[in-house]
Amino acid sequence: MIPLEVKKDTVYRKRSLSEKTKDMISGYLYVSPFFVIFAIIGLYPALFSLFLAFQKWNGMGEMEFVGLANFKVILTDPLFWKSVYNTIVLGIMGTAPQLVVGLVLAFFLNLTYLRFKNFFRITIFMPYITSMVAVALVFSVFFSNNDTALVNYLIGLIGMDPVNWKTSEWGAKIAISTMVFWRWLGYNTIIFFAGMQSISNDLYEAAKIDGANKLQQLRYITIPMLKPFILLTVFFSTVGAMQLFTEPAVFLGNAAFSRDEALTVVMYLYRDAFRISSFGTASASAIILLIFIVGVSALNMMITQGYGRKRGRKG
Amino acid sequence: MSREVGTKKWGIGRLAIYLFLTVISFFSIFPFYWMFVMATSPSSAYNSIPPTIIPGDQLVANFKKVLEMIPFFQSMVNTLIVCLTVTIVVLFISSLAGFAFAKFKFPGKNILFFSILFTIVIPPQLGLIPQYLLVAKAGLLDHLFAAMILFFLNPLGIFLMRQYVNQSVPDELIEAAKLDGCSNFRIYRSVVLPIILPAFATLGIIVFTSVWGEFLWQFTVLRDPESYTIQVALASLNNTNKVDFGMLLSGVFWATVPLLIVFLIFNKLFISSIAEGSVK
Repeated sequence: MIPLEVKKDTVYRKRSLSEKTKDMISGYLYVSPFFVIFAIIGLYPALFSLFLAFQKWNGMGEMEFVGLANFKVILTDPLFWKSVYNTIVLGIMGTAPQLVVGLVLAFFLNLTYLRFKNFFRITIFMPYITSMVAVALVFSVFFSNNDTALVNYLIGLIGMDPVNWKTSEWGAKIAISTMVFWRWLGYNTIIFFAGMQSISNDLYEAAKIDGANKLQQLRYITIPMLKPFILLTVFFSTVGAMQLFTEPAVFLGNAAFSRDEALTVVMYLYRDAFRISSFGTASASAIILLIFIVGVSALNMMITQGYGRKRGRKG
Repeated sequence: MSREVGTKKWGIGRLAIYLFLTVISFFSIFPFYWMFVMATSPSSAYNSIPPTIIPGDQLVANFKKVLEMIPFFQSMVNTLIVCLTVTIVVLFISSLAGFAFAKFKFPGKNILFFSILFTIVIPPQLGLIPQYLLVAKAGLLDHLFAAMILFFLNPLGIFLMRQYVNQSVPDELIEAAKLDGCSNFRIYRSVVLPIILPAFATLGIIVFTSVWGEFLWQFTVLRDPESYTIQVALASLNNTNKVDFGMLLSGVFWATVPLLIVFLIFNKLFISSIAEGSVK
């Protein structure tokens, strides 16, 4: 960095007040693009959704105020509850293993003696750069219903009967959570890895002197120190899981909105709005989704934090 | 000491770790390889037992079938236009706002900053319907601008840029430039911008890859195949009752290869950017 020469000139001191005002104007001006765009495509739509949730409207004719009727329709629709169930089950099956395996992988990648570290890092991260659509399409071929599909062939080798991956309750869920796992594992591993690298080596040295083995180090140093990173990934994975749309929608192709094995809340919402033009109920489910996401992430944070505290006390 | 995992040079613990990493690596790479195998095989290869795992000779033929189904190159160009425009706009908005949040004093600054962070929590689907109606009303359906507009909002970008300006642009430098009579925008352009270029690489990669993979919004506002981004075009390949898998995976393969090559060349920068963007 080249320090510019500072001219000690009193003339500039006199201007300091106007300089302050100028800075203020610049400040507001420079942050304004975000707020202007947000007002138009963020805040206004959110408020309009809230308004629409109380209207009956097919997108064309007159709106009609219906009070809480939309919410009643949604909350008494078994398909909605099925979509909630699917979203939660897919969320747990897709993200929990990913976080656990990601943690273990990051721990291994962080071992000092490990060779080919870079190779492992690159290959494990590679899935992240494929788009969700690409992943869903590749896995839709892996997991197609044919007896000759790769996965059916493989489970056939160990004596299992072929599964209808796209049309059975658990088949669809297993296939979709597998692709979520595949795409996000590397991403979480890299975040945990970055977190582990920020832990000072002194802590491990001290633990070694105290006679702690690697597993104890993982348990009493790595995991507690990683807590902020774990909270972060849990938060993002949970929010992401609640918004699952692309994977099931593309995986099932043109059957996506007519079957219920993998219908998620966002798909339910999308179907209401863009397949049956029921904008009121779709908006009501968007509001319910928001409450749902806030609730689940708060619950999740509480559980993770409580778990972390218990761990910390033991150590 | 013998209880430590993998201390012995070729002990069981160490071998198990290598084996585990190799298995995971294999699972990570295999779909890429298999995409290529299918992209080069006739569709009948799909029904063979045992499954085909060696590339065939239908590379060109399969891709020609893709071209019959979707305007592949047009979609790639559309995606590129969308991704580049969004990246440039986000870099500009974020660095300007990041600079202001880091270096200027103005009433309400903290409230404004935290309200930006709060927008991260709002699920994008909340406003989906009004956003769609807005775009439709403005006559922008099937326009690439519609495909971009939602992604101009990037709260994370402003956060990252503020951090970076705070850490790497000393106040003295800005004071000095002011004494030299630079306007604030001139300071942004000539003093701040050159210093924060590395952060542009980080944020640029994050924005570009995320917009590249975007689907739900594009799927909602782009209905004319000529306006499709590559993700929407690819998804439409799976929308017929009888899908030709060779053709399907040929499309996926060729749509994945460009970003894969860029990733393999700049893998260090890519990985550190994504990690930094999430961890900061």
